Amino acid sequence: MNVVLDLDGLDALVRVLRRDGRVVVGPVLRDDAITLAELSSAAGLPSGWGVETGPGHYRVRRRADAAVFGHSAGPQSWKRFLHPPRRRLLSSDSSGLHPAEDDAPNYAFLGVRPCDLAAIAKLRQIVGGRAPFVVAAQCTEPGELCFCASMGCGPAAGAGYDIALTERIDSDGHRFLATSGTDEGAEVLARVPARPASPNDLALADQDVEAATRRMGRAMPELDLRDVLTANRDSAHWETVAERCLTCGNCTMVCPTCFCVSVEDTTDLDGNAERSQRWASCFEIDFSYLHGGAVRTSGAARYRQWMTHKLGTWHDQFGTSGCVGCGRCIAWCPAGIDITEEAAALATMMELGGERP
Amino acid sequence: MPTIAVWKFTSCDGCQLTLLDCEDELLPLTEHVHIAHFLEATSVSEPGPYDISIVEGSVTTPDETERIRWIREQSDVLVVVGACATSGGIQALRNFADVDEFRSIVYARPEHIATLGTSTAISAHVSVDHELRGCPIDKGQLLELLTALLAGRKPDLPDTSVCTDCKRRGLTCVLVAHGTPCLGPVTHAGCGALCPAVNRGCYGCFGPMNRPNVPALVPLLRRSGMGDDELHLVFRTFNADAEWT
Repeated sequence: MNVVLDLDGLDALVRVLRRDGRVVVGPVLRDDAITLAELSSAAGLPSGWGVETGPGHYRVRRRADAAVFGHSAGPQSWKRFLHPPRRRLLSSDSSGLHPAEDDAPNYAFLGVRPCDLAAIAKLRQIVGGRAPFVVAAQCTEPGELCFCASMGCGPAAGAGYDIALTERIDSDGHRFLATSGTDEGAEVLARVPARPASPNDLALADQDVEAATRRMGRAMPELDLRDVLTANRDSAHWETVAERCLTCGNCTMVCPTCFCVSVEDTTDLDGNAERSQRWASCFEIDFSYLHGGAVRTSGAARYRQWMTHKLGTWHDQFGTSGCVGCGRCIAWCPAGIDITEEAAALATMMELGGERP
Repeated sequence: MPTIAVWKFTSCDGCQLTLLDCEDELLPLTEHVHIAHFLEATSVSEPGPYDISIVEGSVTTPDETERIRWIREQSDVLVVVGACATSGGIQALRNFADVDEFRSIVYARPEHIATLGTSTAISAHVSVDHELRGCPIDKGQLLELLTALLAGRKPDLPDTSVCTDCKRRGLTCVLVAHGTPCLGPVTHAGCGALCPAVNRGCYGCFGPMNRPNVPALVPLLRRSGMGDDELHLVFRTFNADAEWT
């Protein structure tokens, strides 16, 4: 099903999703960044705001138009909602053990960029949970740090959406081509005021997304990264990266697929206990603590672990790469370490070494 | 019932006041522990030994070097709290200057002041079982440590960066998005990212995290507008004598 919504139609979409009992979450402008928060109407979207990104750099900027999805990945990802930063697992008191109830709301995510759509699939493959209703926003304006095209995760929305929107602003107005991806998506769209899409609407959307493919600010080397990482296990390059790496863990926290948690038991004065989990990072020294000490103490070892898992051994574990090319780890690394640049440096070393495993 | 003693060394008392600041939890706590010595709360002082001693402040006088040994002998578990006790505090500025000169400027009759040339952490004098960072310490961390000790479990006190807490809270990075200088990437977690939560940069009052990479942060702080004086000030104030590098 393909229809065209105007801004009122987009607002109606939010209202329909809310009326069905869903908590609608989407991009909002907050603290000089485009973050994610609950929306009560489409008026909460960051209309006319874009972003300027670079390694270790992020600024919101005024756009020349009123686009609501004209921004690349922000400081938060949908991970926050599907895999919360802190979650109680069980509690115990004098009456026994009580597993925590799943109190996650019935989410509808609005404005999910294709890179993040892929990330949601990768994350849910690991953490499970209730599937959100997904309204994707196809990417027509990649940022300086985007490389979803080279990860095969965009700029067109892949599988997994209920509705995919493609935003366009031209002399014919501000509108969204809406394509249903599931029966549920079609059913929701049928309740929103819209006009049928013309062949021209479809052609323009294809053209805009196709143009975005060629405007990616970054690309991963076109090599099997598993080979690159395996060949470079003992490379001196890790030490070079470690000189700049703060080991602060920001890259893993902003990554939409990094899923590691630490499980902690706490007690209170009345003898009640609680087991909870929180986001952990492979950059924390305690992360590799075995009896007697941590096994990855140097910055080099910790960066190698993160990158090797993300781009290499994730394949062995989950049958796919852990990276979707959203560029968050580059923007939100205070030191601006660029995973595409590091992969390229390692790839060059492998080629120079002349050996492939 | 386990006994607790709270001791003051060279400090401002702010960290031990954090215990009194546990308003909702203080009375329930006294049902589980017996406070044997805590001059901020009561002038009654009972003799040792003590199950848990909480020590605030740094060692700056000859008398304190003796007293901390006695407290260690009297205590089963020794907990040090705050920047003074864990790294020497603000008064460790003397470690980089001439204490006699300070003394002559500050006091009318400097000959009456018996002081050491250095301000040092408690761990420089006796073995320490647990430490809480901060200027002042975090109330939640203090309660976490006390409840852990009472239950005989490991306290949950991560030694990673402030950034991990900042990101879990869902805050936007002030360094990356606003260009505000922030010590979060090298500073020990525990405050819950208090300053970034109000759009301010962390100034490192919890001291260095486990293995910080300060040389990598300094150019970023300079890029966000810090000059030599400001850099000197942030690393040489609350935890001047800590091992930042």
